[in-house]
Amino acid sequence: MNELLEPFDRMLEALVTPAAVRAVEGGASAVAMWRELAASGFLDALVDEQHGGAGLSLADVQPLIAAVGARAVPLPVGETMVARALLARAGVPIPQGPIVLATSAVSGQIVPCAQVAEHVLVDTGSGLVLTGIGDLSPVATGVYHALAARLVWTGPIVGLALPRPAKGLRPIAAVLRAALISGAAARLTDMAARYANERVQFGKPIGRQQALQQSLAVMAEDMIAVRIASQLGCAGGLDVGATVAAVAKSTASAIAARVANTAHAVHGAIGISEEYDLQLLTRRMHEWRAADGSEGYWNTVLGGARLADAAGTVDWVRAQVPV
Amino acid sequence: MFDTLTLASLPADDAGLRTSIRALIARHIAAVPLERRARSWQGFDAGFSRALGEAGFLGLTLPTAYGGGGRGAFERFVVVEELLSAGAPVAAHWIADRQSAPLILNFGTEEQRQTYIPRICRGEALFCIGMSEPGSGSDLASVRTRADRTADGGWVVNGQKIWTTNAMHSDYMIALLRTSGTAADRNAGLSQLIIDLKAPGVSVRPIVDLTGDAHFAEVFFENVQLGADALIGIEGQGWAQVVAELAFERSGPERIYSSVVLLDAWVRHLQEVGRSDAAPLVGRLTAELATLRAMSIACTARLVAGDSPVVEASIVKDRGTTFEQDLPEAIADDLAAHPDEAISDTLYRTLLYVTHIAPSFSLRGGTREILRGIIARGMGLR
Ligand SMILES: Cc1cc2nc3c(=O)[nH]c(=O)nc-3n(C[C@H](O)[C@H](O)[C@H](O)COP(=O)(O)OP(=O)(O)OC[C@H]3O[C@@H](n4cnc5c(N)ncnc54)[C@H](O)[C@@H]3O)c2cc1C
Repeated sequence: MNELLEPFDRMLEALVTPAAVRAVEGGASAVAMWRELAASGFLDALVDEQHGGAGLSLADVQPLIAAVGARAVPLPVGETMVARALLARAGVPIPQGPIVLATSAVSGQIVPCAQVAEHVLVDTGSGLVLTGIGDLSPVATGVYHALAARLVWTGPIVGLALPRPAKGLRPIAAVLRAALISGAAARLTDMAARYANERVQFGKPIGRQQALQQSLAVMAEDMIAVRIASQLGCAGGLDVGATVAAVAKSTASAIAARVANTAHAVHGAIGISEEYDLQLLTRRMHEWRAADGSEGYWNTVLGGARLADAAGTVDWVRAQVPV
Repeated sequence: MFDTLTLASLPADDAGLRTSIRALIARHIAAVPLERRARSWQGFDAGFSRALGEAGFLGLTLPTAYGGGGRGAFERFVVVEELLSAGAPVAAHWIADRQSAPLILNFGTEEQRQTYIPRICRGEALFCIGMSEPGSGSDLASVRTRADRTADGGWVVNGQKIWTTNAMHSDYMIALLRTSGTAADRNAGLSQLIIDLKAPGVSVRPIVDLTGDAHFAEVFFENVQLGADALIGIEGQGWAQVVAELAFERSGPERIYSSVVLLDAWVRHLQEVGRSDAAPLVGRLTAELATLRAMSIACTARLVAGDSPVVEASIVKDRGTTFEQDLPEAIADDLAAHPDEAISDTLYRTLLYVTHIAPSFSLRGGTREILRGIIARGMGLR
């Protein structure tokens, strides 16, 4: 574990226990948890040094976002890191509370963590606007223990305006989701492998059954694929292009549901119970898969760009998705 | 889990390798039709392999003292990527370059290195791998073909190998043979020997595949006499040597690019007819390829770091072959979903060639089920 990740993950382990996650999901205040996260200084990881941040690259921060995913943190940590960096870059004063990203200019979109956010950075298509979350009247979705909310507005959004990145907010948001999925996939793979070695049926650990071994092997492949795809998405810095975002999020979204399903299959009934921690991660996998464009959305974006170019596929990939 | 497998960068191509290999490929394959290029690393052209050797592209990672290029695994990745994405006919030197020469370098005597490696690097010594037998496929440790010591310290070989790629074109076979005990002794008592395929008592019978090609063969050994210097490595250590060899075989980019000539041909077709409804599928396949390429480079970085990434290579290979097999299936559906759109003969033949050969992608070099077993063990399941 690198020297950045180790203290960050240690903090999460102490602060964001499964019990604490359940409490926030159940409606308890997340203010104290947020205060500690903010006090750690990590929220300014992506803010330039001249604005008082750590000046880290998105690639440096990818393992931290993955750790947020692995621990099912019930707050928009990655989104706030990105928003704070964009606000600092624009010279706009940075508010203290959690910030979510609204990547569609259309009212009615469902935004993860919006119930626990204080602010929202909206991509209106022509610019970015930072506004109080209350102004967009967040409505809980009614899904059990989900912290996402529907944001609804009429008329123009009033708030602090800042320049829009060339490709808007959706590519960077998609890359954040891919990193969250990558962390959760790693955790789910560990949990499933451990459980398979412990649970005994027919007189031996279920992990000795070849049928389970084969699907756990595919799970490990998925876990590695999303790790690498997520790192690819973060490799080029904050101004994420649509093409690398598409590779990262298409891969991540496509594996999210599959990894969640295999984790449940291996765990049997215990994994379905509220009391067991698996569901904290698997419910989020489905939320992140859809957030800021599913694999279908990003495949269309990527395919459109590919079809517009006469190069051979490998040459195109080498030029557009540099490694 | 598998924490060392992370995104790695290809170093800058200071030597301009990519440009020069591209020029050489372009000169040689301009006239090769698409469906032949779709043979990928099953396309055989000894002349092309010798030209690669002359230009210094064979044995790229081997020491210059033996005629190699003295370069690293990343450079080999670049060269292999160019060859495969163009569909260049690389079969003649493929096995010698990829696994026989590294095996001889790692386990051979100084004399064996001097004898074989320089010729491999010139594209003049072609090798095949004799592992599988009629009764020994996935269960490789059950091989029965024997090599027994003769009075003068040499060997006499009796038995049969099968599915040996390019045996009919090769000069030598590196064979996994039983040198003591019986098939019941499993991986104890196995050794690797270099067999000169021109030796008396060797007969090779090509096997025609379902596309009409004959790239593999049965090889029979009847009292084939070999010198003491045929043994490679240590007697009885054949199993451990084969495991090391398979890590070379499984980790290369050939496990993601077998169908890429078809992918390019289909994309060109879509561009020509101006159809955009296939964009989601193009996007999905492109995302998968980009991710696999980065995974393969990550695996190469483990080789560069001096690891033997056996499990990681299995992960890349299994996922890569799954992609290679999915590709013709998905493209066939797309094309036939547009029954009123004409497609060229070459695209059609390329599609059907890849469709028919694709099941072999997850058999050769270890089946999907066996690789997944290796991955599961790597995950701590047993
Ligand atoms: C194009 C091609 C080129 C080849 N080239 C060479 C070569 O150059 N040299 C060489 O030595 N060999 C070569 N082979 C042979 C290849 O290595 C074997 O096909 C492979 O090892 C599988 O053996 P088999 O075909 O006998 O199948 P089998 O081992 O009989 O397997 C049949 C099926 O049973 C499954 N199975 C077997 N055991 C298990 C198990 N323990 N658990 C779960 N499932 C299992 C397999 O996965 C497979 O699905 C080549 C094969 C092909 C197709």
